[in-house]
Amino acid sequence: MTYFAGIDVGSLSTEAVIIDEDATMLGYSIQETGADPVRAATEALREALSLVGVSREQLHHVVATGYGRINIPFADRKITEISCHAMGAHHLFPDTGTVIDIGGQDSKVIRINAEGRVLDFTMNDKCAAGTGRFLEVMAGTFGVPVQELGELSLKAQKEIPISSVCTVFAESEVISLIAQNRPREQIIRGLHRAVVSRVWGMAQSVGIEGAVTMSGGVAKNRGIVALFEENLGHSIHIHSEPQIIGALGAALLARGEIHQK
Amino acid sequence: MKDLGAPLLFRIMEKRKKKRLREPNPFMGPPLKCAGRLRQIMTRHYYLSRFAKGARPVAWVTSGAPVEILRVFGFYTIYPENHGALCGAQKMGPELCAEAEKKGYHSDLCSYARIDLGHAFSGKTPAGRLPRPDLLFASNNICQTVLYWYKQLSHQWDIPLITFDTPYNFQEIRSGDIHFMVRQFEEMVPELEKISGRKYSHKRFQKIIRIAAETSRTWGQVLAAMKHRPAPMTIFDAFVHLAPVVSLRGLPVALEYYRVLLNELNERIEEGIGAVREEKKRLMWDNIAVWFKLRDWSHLFAERGVNFVAATYTNAWAETIHHLTEESPFESMAKAYSLIILNNNLSHRLKLMEKMIRDYQVDGLVILSLRSCKPYSVGQYDLKRLLMERLGIKSLIIESDMTDFRTYSEEQARTRIEAFLEGLGV
Ligand SMILES: Nc1ncnc2c1ncn2[C@@H]1O[C@H](COP(=O)(O)OP(=O)(O)OP(=O)(O)O)[C@@H](O)[C@H]1O
Ligand code: SF4
Ligand SMILES: [Mg+2]
Repeated sequence: MTYFAGIDVGSLSTEAVIIDEDATMLGYSIQETGADPVRAATEALREALSLVGVSREQLHHVVATGYGRINIPFADRKITEISCHAMGAHHLFPDTGTVIDIGGQDSKVIRINAEGRVLDFTMNDKCAAGTGRFLEVMAGTFGVPVQELGELSLKAQKEIPISSVCTVFAESEVISLIAQNRPREQIIRGLHRAVVSRVWGMAQSVGIEGAVTMSGGVAKNRGIVALFEENLGHSIHIHSEPQIIGALGAALLARGEIHQK
Repeated sequence: MKDLGAPLLFRIMEKRKKKRLREPNPFMGPPLKCAGRLRQIMTRHYYLSRFAKGARPVAWVTSGAPVEILRVFGFYTIYPENHGALCGAQKMGPELCAEAEKKGYHSDLCSYARIDLGHAFSGKTPAGRLPRPDLLFASNNICQTVLYWYKQLSHQWDIPLITFDTPYNFQEIRSGDIHFMVRQFEEMVPELEKISGRKYSHKRFQKIIRIAAETSRTWGQVLAAMKHRPAPMTIFDAFVHLAPVVSLRGLPVALEYYRVLLNELNERIEEGIGAVREEKKRLMWDNIAVWFKLRDWSHLFAERGVNFVAATYTNAWAETIHHLTEESPFESMAKAYSLIILNNNLSHRLKLMEKMIRDYQVDGLVILSLRSCKPYSVGQYDLKRLLMERLGIKSLIIESDMTDFRTYSEEQARTRIEAFLEGLGV
């Protein structure tokens, strides 16, 4: 049996996924990227391998992706997150026409064809608005864990609009709303709306077609997903572990490369 | 860098050239032989400009202005936008922009304007020293920004500003518009006579018009050489070789230069020499060049066997100016200068891009969205969508500035470019 690995070194988290030659996912690991991306990648791969009981030597091909892909010494090839998220989402949900990946520093909208290849894509500019980072800063402002933000947003009956898309200005806006004793859930809902509108605007430039799959850590935020679904008018595919979709796609592309040869 | 003489500049450039020869890029074809000549022409132009003051009237001119009329009166012309590009290529954009920002100019203002105003306030330039103008000459056929920018210079130095107002072309050029523009030329002539102290000569004007039209035509042939597979040069070369047709147009030296360049390109075509060794995919560029990234990007794309073979930007000087005719110099100037791409409607631009994509057998389109240049960047998302629908052509939008790299994110641009290339299968 031969095996393939994909490693996604993101700005906040690093994932490794192991698949076999039938493209079955055997296991994965999620690590914090921290200050040393190479170490995080090494650790993620080590953990994933030991979970599935496969040795490094049995790995036929390794593809690295994510912003830290360039520096991964043991990768056979480096492929951008765009292609990897596309492939991963296609594999999990074959009817996917559009992938929305929201990570720590980037948000991307990717349109793909029936083979999981990229047709068009767009990314946020150099700005944290519409990213996981924005939500983390805001979670910090409220002193709640980022994992709980989504639930709080869902609880709100009403929504307080946040007018600024800039993280710094939005934060001061939030601070003054807190000072005015405005309901926390409603402010949080407004913040979620700000993220979704921002990414929604980006999505319009490439167009949304087919079923929508969300990937990246922010897909775990049910508040964000709910607002996207509200905009779309139908439901979105969310895998039980959306954070690994990039690494899964990388592993699939590693396998595909060999099969093409 | 403050007062670099031309001899020193030449030496630095020679050194650079040697360095480049020492480490040739394995993915790129041999460099163009006449690149050295181009450098000499441009360096000489900047160098001599400092002696022009007093000997000849000096004008600062916008890139889209009908400079031919100034040449009749012997103006020595400086192009602040070309100077801006030079500053950009020398990675001095942020420094000069900051000089303008210190005086209160907003960072959303076009970076060419900020660089030029920054230069006017601080005297900083990589070109040694620019001569202070006797005349400012601006046309709003490229944007409205130039009017306010040149007004500021005119105010600061108390020198005359002549503007050439071109009605925007919504559908078709109207005879009333032409009349309006010709009248402006007629009014300019006595002003120019006064400022320059020279008399208008129709014969001289006709000769200049002839040379300018021929230069534009030859530049068009230079660009058309890239229709060949493999293309004998890249658009990154063309961005650099564009300087003479922009800033020395109407002078014999520009025309002579393009004839030499064209010969070299034809030789390359005959010998099958490509600018990129293994040309797998051909791309088109929309918008001004990112001056501080020219070399990096030409390598990045060449490594993947990708060559840029066309650009709407370089095409702008080949598109309308060759229509100048000595039989009706004023009318033809009015037409040529009001129909340039930035003064023309979006459906024109769409048709032009469609044609270029076909003619140059383009596989993909890279669209640069510049916060600096609103007139060039507006409508790009629609153009992208329409071209995708009509021709099925894949395209990428990159955001940057042409000179001010404080707004540029290397990592994000790289990811976008690489993902786009993966999508093209290279
Ligand atoms: N359990 C969770 N619940 C809600 N949100 C979460 C959860 N885990 C992570 N996130 C969100 O996901 C974000 C990180 O996403 P992800 O791990 O995909 O980023 P990344 O891939 O490292 O970043 P990038 O792709 O931008 O380089 C965090 O900023 C946070 O907002
Ligand atoms: S706004 Fe555009 S056209 Fe006007 S000067 Fe700047 S770059 Fe040139
Ligand atoms: Mg990611």
